[in-house]
Amino acid sequence: MTDNDLAKTDEVLEQYKDRAGNLIPILQNIQTKLGYLSKETIKYISTKTKIPVSEIYGVVTFYTQFRLQPIGKNIIRICHGTACHVANASKIADTIFEELNVKPGGTTEDLKFSVEVVACLGCCSLAPVMMINDKVYGRLTSEKVKKILAEY
Amino acid sequence: MEKIVGDNLESNITKIKVGLASCGIAAGGLEVFDKIDKFLDKSKLNVKLEKTGCIGMCYKEVLVEIDDEQFGSTMYGPVKPEDVDEVLQAHLIDKKPKTEKVLFSDKLGGKEDEVLKHQTRIVLRNCGIINPESIDDYLEQDGYKAIQQVLTEMKPEDVIEEIKKSGLRGRGGAGFPTGLKWQFAHQAKGDIKYIICNADEGDPGAFMDRSVLEGDPHSVIEGMLIAAYAIGANQGYIYCRAEYPLALKRLRIAIKQAEERGFLGNNIFDSDFNLKIDIKEGAGAFVCGEETAMIASIEGKRGMPNIRPPYPANSGLWGKPTNINNVETFANIAWIIRNGASEFAKYGTEKSKGTKVFALTGKIKRGGLVEVPMGMTLRDVIFKVGGGIIGDKKFKAVQLGGPSGGCIPESLLNTPVDYDSLTATGAIMGSGGMVVMDETTCMVDMARFFLNFTQNESCGKCTFCRIGTKRMLEILTRITEGKGKSSDIDLLYDLSDKVKKASLCGLGQTAPNPVLTTLKYFKDEYIEHIENKHCPAGVCKQLIKYEIIPEKCVGCQMCKKVCPVDAISGERKSVHKIDQEKCIKCGACMDTCKFDAIRKL
Ligand SMILES: Cc1cc2nc3c(=O)[nH]c(=O)nc-3n(C[C@H](O)[C@H](O)[C@H](O)COP(=O)(O)O)c2cc1C
Ligand code: SF4
Ligand code: FES
Repeated sequence: MTDNDLAKTDEVLEQYKDRAGNLIPILQNIQTKLGYLSKETIKYISTKTKIPVSEIYGVVTFYTQFRLQPIGKNIIRICHGTACHVANASKIADTIFEELNVKPGGTTEDLKFSVEVVACLGCCSLAPVMMINDKVYGRLTSEKVKKILAEY
Repeated sequence: MEKIVGDNLESNITKIKVGLASCGIAAGGLEVFDKIDKFLDKSKLNVKLEKTGCIGMCYKEVLVEIDDEQFGSTMYGPVKPEDVDEVLQAHLIDKKPKTEKVLFSDKLGGKEDEVLKHQTRIVLRNCGIINPESIDDYLEQDGYKAIQQVLTEMKPEDVIEEIKKSGLRGRGGAGFPTGLKWQFAHQAKGDIKYIICNADEGDPGAFMDRSVLEGDPHSVIEGMLIAAYAIGANQGYIYCRAEYPLALKRLRIAIKQAEERGFLGNNIFDSDFNLKIDIKEGAGAFVCGEETAMIASIEGKRGMPNIRPPYPANSGLWGKPTNINNVETFANIAWIIRNGASEFAKYGTEKSKGTKVFALTGKIKRGGLVEVPMGMTLRDVIFKVGGGIIGDKKFKAVQLGGPSGGCIPESLLNTPVDYDSLTATGAIMGSGGMVVMDETTCMVDMARFFLNFTQNESCGKCTFCRIGTKRMLEILTRITEGKGKSSDIDLLYDLSDKVKKASLCGLGQTAPNPVLTTLKYFKDEYIEHIENKHCPAGVCKQLIKYEIIPEKCVGCQMCKKVCPVDAISGERKSVHKIDQEKCIKCGACMDTCKFDAIRKL
């Protein structure tokens, strides 16, 4: 961990000090700041909070939100909820995997994109849908996806 | 972001509202908002520009409402950024509105109010009408009057009695009577009690709760206040999934505003009632929507369900009495208090009172959010309110209740939407996801889709939920790949039975429902896959084939260019051919062909 990472981690830990049951928000906050949870980060959180490493790992691996690997600059979330499935989301997903040459859950070699498949982004009436960072794109077609990816 | 252009403020000032829930934003709402803002700046008109939530007509997004003295209220849609100048110029300056873009209005015609006409809006009373980031807008709609009435005139027992009398049942899926639930928590012994709002909205294909949180967050907070008073809680949590950044943002704004005005905090309305509400962000686990798993998650642990009893009402969060309700359940409460239980009970059927919000999606013409009185038939919801099937194709099934629910066929479309009638079909009411399917949807593939979901989301505690769903998924997968055996159907029945019986929580207990309902109503399709290796809907990749129709092919070579695996051969101006060995069935050729010369078999 760099000094900068340490400082950011400390800041979060300070914020949640002495408040019970805050492991999840601590991890969420640190992940937002550092992008992912490295082994060292987890060990450091454990030393500081006195929560055993095994327990932290247990939580990290239970929730799909947490990542143990570094991620790309932009996160693409492809929806594969029911409405998107019915609207042929697989095709959109295939286009993205092909264009970027990644697998689901993977990151492009140039670290520009990470691609996740998620269940429902809550914009089902615009299916099929994907989200890049915080922006939602709806009514996708393979053509549209290619254009959108080129914007990044 | 309220913006007033010009300086003389009158009450009958022209207002423009833009629907800016997640769906509106995804459709380009922010660009439209900016364009309007620029137009107003430039033209120096005295107009108030505001954002609002989702009125539910997602299929016509972006929606822009202009409310002025001359024409009254006029709803325009879909409005694209490039339409803005023209629409505003015509309406505000030339006073000759562009009626072809009007959806419905007081004075300018438009027929799209059909979709609203059959609705009864209790939960969605303010959605798409008020600015969700303005507490004053909520107060103008008699907001926080119900909690005032409760704190000044009612005892907790009176509140519980009123909710019981209303007949309100939980909108999170199971339909447990809300008043009774509150009574249990009220009667539980203990000084410290908790109230939790379930905003995890796990059904993958539903967005009722998101729309309420984004469109009218104060109504949920007010509902929680009333519930907290009734059971004796002083601390509340809203557990909201992290995939809803805008809902989280608007909740945070609403909580802060309510604190500033003294609706949250200590001695609310000068009583001795205190309530603090904190937000907990979910971390992406469907099972955390289950009550005991949610409690474990709020405590910072792995979100695994626990055996009940003890029920959360007696021993919940940190071992204290806890009451959990769904977003929509809470959004009903203030209305019931203000209008009276009997007014609420006028809507609905004998055992299902009030209204239900549905997220209409899939192959439906007017996809979006609708609120209808309980007891309306599925047919009316889909065809009257929803406008029927896209492209007037043939209706095949409607899926209710997501991964815990089932697919209802055409023959049962006259089933009324109420808890008991829907359960009788083998599906459930669920939280309100309604996915409409036409003849291009494969029912075996649907069952596989849901099993894949539950199998992924099983927390792994119970063997049958963990492994049984996996085996079921394997069977369904091989059927969709044309490798099914005739014994597979019996095997599916057998496993379904075991998974249902041997699972601890609702996830496992209901996981077989999508399989059982499709087997019940669409067994033919299973048999067609197994016996004839044929997918009637043309969905299952391994069972379909793309072919060139020689009479139609002009040899333009477009398909050859788009095929990602070079499976198409043929000289310019001569009939092409697809190499079936190489073809990966992506369908790119068929999408590209301008001469309809490719068919799917
Ligand atoms: C696996 C599983 C997932 C659930 N997901 C949700 C959910 O996302 N939202 C919800 O309100 N209820 C969900 N429930 C139902 C809740 O456990 C609970 O019944 C509900 O929050 C109670 O509120 P109500 O009485 O107001 O309906 C889920 C239940 C199970 C078993
Ligand atoms: S039924 Fe499934 S999800 Fe529920 S507790 Fe058992 S293993 Fe976990
Ligand atoms: S199913 Fe894709 S956004 Fe809901």
